[in-house]
Amino acid sequence: MRYSALSLLAQALRGHTGWKPAWRKAMPAPGYDVVIIGGGGGGLSTAYHLARHHHAGRIAVLEKGWLGNGSIGRNTTIIRSNYLLPGNVPFYELAMKLWEGLEQEINYNAMVSQRGIFNIYHNDAQRDSYARRGNAMRLHGVDAELLNREQLRREIPYLDYENARFPIQGALVQRRAGTARHDAVAWGYARAADRLGVDIIENCEVTGIDIENGAVTGVQTARGAIKAGKVGIAVAGASSLVAAMAGLRLPIESHALQAFVSEGLKPLIDNVITFGAGHFYISQSDKGGLVFGGDIEGYNSYAARGNLPTVEDVCEGGMALMPMLGRARLLRSWGGIMDMTMDGSPIIDKTPVKNLFFNGGWCYGGFKATPASGYCFAHLIAREEPHPVAAAYRLDRFAEGKLIDEKGAGAQPNLH
Amino acid sequence: MRIACPYCGPRGLEEFLYTQDASVTRPGAGATGQDWVDYVYIRENTKAPRKEFWYHSAGCHAWLILTRDVVTHEIMAVDLP
Repeated sequence: MRYSALSLLAQALRGHTGWKPAWRKAMPAPGYDVVIIGGGGGGLSTAYHLARHHHAGRIAVLEKGWLGNGSIGRNTTIIRSNYLLPGNVPFYELAMKLWEGLEQEINYNAMVSQRGIFNIYHNDAQRDSYARRGNAMRLHGVDAELLNREQLRREIPYLDYENARFPIQGALVQRRAGTARHDAVAWGYARAADRLGVDIIENCEVTGIDIENGAVTGVQTARGAIKAGKVGIAVAGASSLVAAMAGLRLPIESHALQAFVSEGLKPLIDNVITFGAGHFYISQSDKGGLVFGGDIEGYNSYAARGNLPTVEDVCEGGMALMPMLGRARLLRSWGGIMDMTMDGSPIIDKTPVKNLFFNGGWCYGGFKATPASGYCFAHLIAREEPHPVAAAYRLDRFAEGKLIDEKGAGAQPNLH
Repeated sequence: MRIACPYCGPRGLEEFLYTQDASVTRPGAGATGQDWVDYVYIRENTKAPRKEFWYHSAGCHAWLILTRDVVTHEIMAVDLP
């Protein structure tokens, strides 16, 4: 069924009794041309783009739990393409363009809202670095605008401009950035892929990867063995564990990141705001909750929860930026596991095992990349060569010294 | 998480800084390029308990080696290097 105002009206007249499940509960077949491990944003987007743009044959997505229980359902929903380095900007800008057409393309309301992101700066050096980043964006055809203090104050009057320690000087703005409903992105891609014949198999944990003569032949799963011509790994958060099944060792550590939401409030913040003097970012969901977050925990973790010092640190950052936050009560906090790479940038590449492809290392920036991540990974799997905008995300860039280190933090995953 | 510093006793996590995996060791003279790539970039990253360097930055400034479960956050041992 195609979703439209007309189908909604027709269903309303029938008491909403005619809605069908958005995707089939597929049973695993004995074999597929392409098996994607991981039913998160990256895996579902990959399966959709494989089916839509490439003649990839029979495709399955294997998900350990249920769709949307991983990072695609745990992030803070921000989409943006305000990067600095040449290896990153075209890729994230492709993602941004795909976000702009996503809902029409997959016929699903993902609540994409281009409400703008404001990166606040607090001193001269930071202004210079944001001006440089804005210029790099504009050279790549991305929108960027540098606001001074008075221009910013006219748009966002409620920040703590007189903060003695971190006075606000202005902001770098990307107006096309914003938010999207994260769960709906998973559900929308799942439905669109399903309609193109992709089998989406939930509760089907992969327990082994079969390799013969240096080439992948299939996977072992909780629901039996499945033959596969090609296998794509898209399991950010558990990348090292799944890659180890194929004997691969990765430049990745797993770290926990927390996110927070306040009680529902009346409309208050109509954009995305990031604090420049600490790590804090905030937006408001359409339900009214203030959605915010900050740093990863700082030590390796496979626990999808964090500790209290980070909660305190995030809330202190929020209070320094907008003291009115102190009046709102924290409703929920949760955690997710991030693939933190050694340079802070993702990996989309072939592996030393023939017909085995890898997509991961998204650090805590995977959600905004979802459409382009799948678009480029599908290109790589189908054509066995990288898409031009993702060509820098090589697995061997660490050995080759071609790192993409936006933050300049070096090989310290907990600092990216 | 609370860490039992051998000098200061049990203290809150906010007094400590995690620095890095204590199981990787610096390659010696004659090591290959691949040895250095492994040392600088490649990590096992399993769910098994691991040894790691922590620094008591807001306390006695001691370097510690923790044996810690990365799934439950349980600390099995705190040793001095």
